[in-house]
Amino acid sequence: MSKALNTFTNGLLKENPTFGLVLGMCPTLATTTSAVNGMSMGLATMFVLICSNVVISMLRNLIPDKVHIPAYIVVIASFVTMVQLLMQAYLPSIYETLGLFIPLIVVNCIVLGRAEAFAAKNGVGLSALDGIGMGLGFTLSLTVLGAVRELLGSGMIFAAGDYAGLTIFPEDYKMLIFVLAPGAFIALAYLMALINKLRK
Amino acid sequence: MKRLESNLLNMVLSLTIVAVAAAALLGGLYVLTAEPIAQQKIQKQQAALTEVLPNMEGMTIAEGETVEGQTVYKALVGDEMVGAAVETAGIGFGGTFKVMVGFDKEGKVYNYKVLEHQETPGLGDNMAKWFKTEKNNQSVIGKSPATDKLQVSKDGGDIDAITAATISSRAFLLAIENAYKAYNACQGQTVDAATGATQQTTEAESDTIEIKCQAVQDANTDVESQNNETL
Repeated sequence: MSKALNTFTNGLLKENPTFGLVLGMCPTLATTTSAVNGMSMGLATMFVLICSNVVISMLRNLIPDKVHIPAYIVVIASFVTMVQLLMQAYLPSIYETLGLFIPLIVVNCIVLGRAEAFAAKNGVGLSALDGIGMGLGFTLSLTVLGAVRELLGSGMIFAAGDYAGLTIFPEDYKMLIFVLAPGAFIALAYLMALINKLRK
Repeated sequence: MKRLESNLLNMVLSLTIVAVAAAALLGGLYVLTAEPIAQQKIQKQQAALTEVLPNMEGMTIAEGETVEGQTVYKALVGDEMVGAAVETAGIGFGGTFKVMVGFDKEGKVYNYKVLEHQETPGLGDNMAKWFKTEKNNQSVIGKSPATDKLQVSKDGGDIDAITAATISSRAFLLAIENAYKAYNACQGQTVDAATGATQQTTEAESDTIEIKCQAVQDANTDVESQNNETL
């Protein structure tokens, strides 16, 4: 039981994908222009992570070592394509903002990283837990980063589509740079420093 | 169970099975989602059409037709054209963007909707709302490329550019001008004196309009020469 709990909290805290392992920086920096975008990207990644972890853990003894990477990539890419098709069909508004980044989940180091480091060595149940933990950790990090950037950059928080979100301060005082690429690096660096400080 | 040995047969078999299973799964899902995806696209287009066109009783929207490389959806009451929505593309700061522009009977911009874009978030992407906002000289709503100069004020036009996104603004206004050309080409028969000034821009592209509008043009030489100067 304690092993299961450990596996689950590992991704949330100690080995948090963004702030602990520093993996998957491309989607982290690119999609966190708002809290909702960050969260959707995190959830999509979590779905892929759980599914690929489960399937890879099931197949782990059936795939010879020398071809395990291509096999894993095919599994992961299939799930990503599934997410893309399903999102396009049933969640078109989210697909509009994230569509460009969804295919990038395939090359997200977290997904292949967890497949290699965890799912290939552990049972189905534990691998699923690891996927949930890591996925939640990633989702939380992206949401926090997105929220900070959105707040500083536009004065609002949790705005999505036509919904204006909560206005914290007037638009005239917004710091546009936080919504742009440099702001992603600045916000990420400060958050990471803060979390490292708290962790000690 | 021990892991399978890495010999040729095992490798080929396992990779083939994984690939075939993945392909079958995705193929199935594609067939399942093909219809909802197609419907979403149609819905999105319909929503855009109703948003940019004036809502009139008994109005029907015709099938799209291609005019000067742009798709025009005519709005008809009976046989009379009461407006048109033009789907056009432009090259902005971040790449190609698509916008649907609705014109009313007089050729004034009724509304527009940005369908796709890759402009900078926080700057260029403001185009989705900026040109609809009644503030200073931002709005293009109710203006016609025939009577107003739809260029950014920095270039001597009548419209205020988006703050810190002049390139996106220029591209957007150019797209509206292009949309108007397509609209005007469809409108050929009913051009009135007020829109005479634009003939000069359309005549190069469309011979038929040139002939139809010759009389109008002659009557408007003043406007035209004035227009030539400013261009």
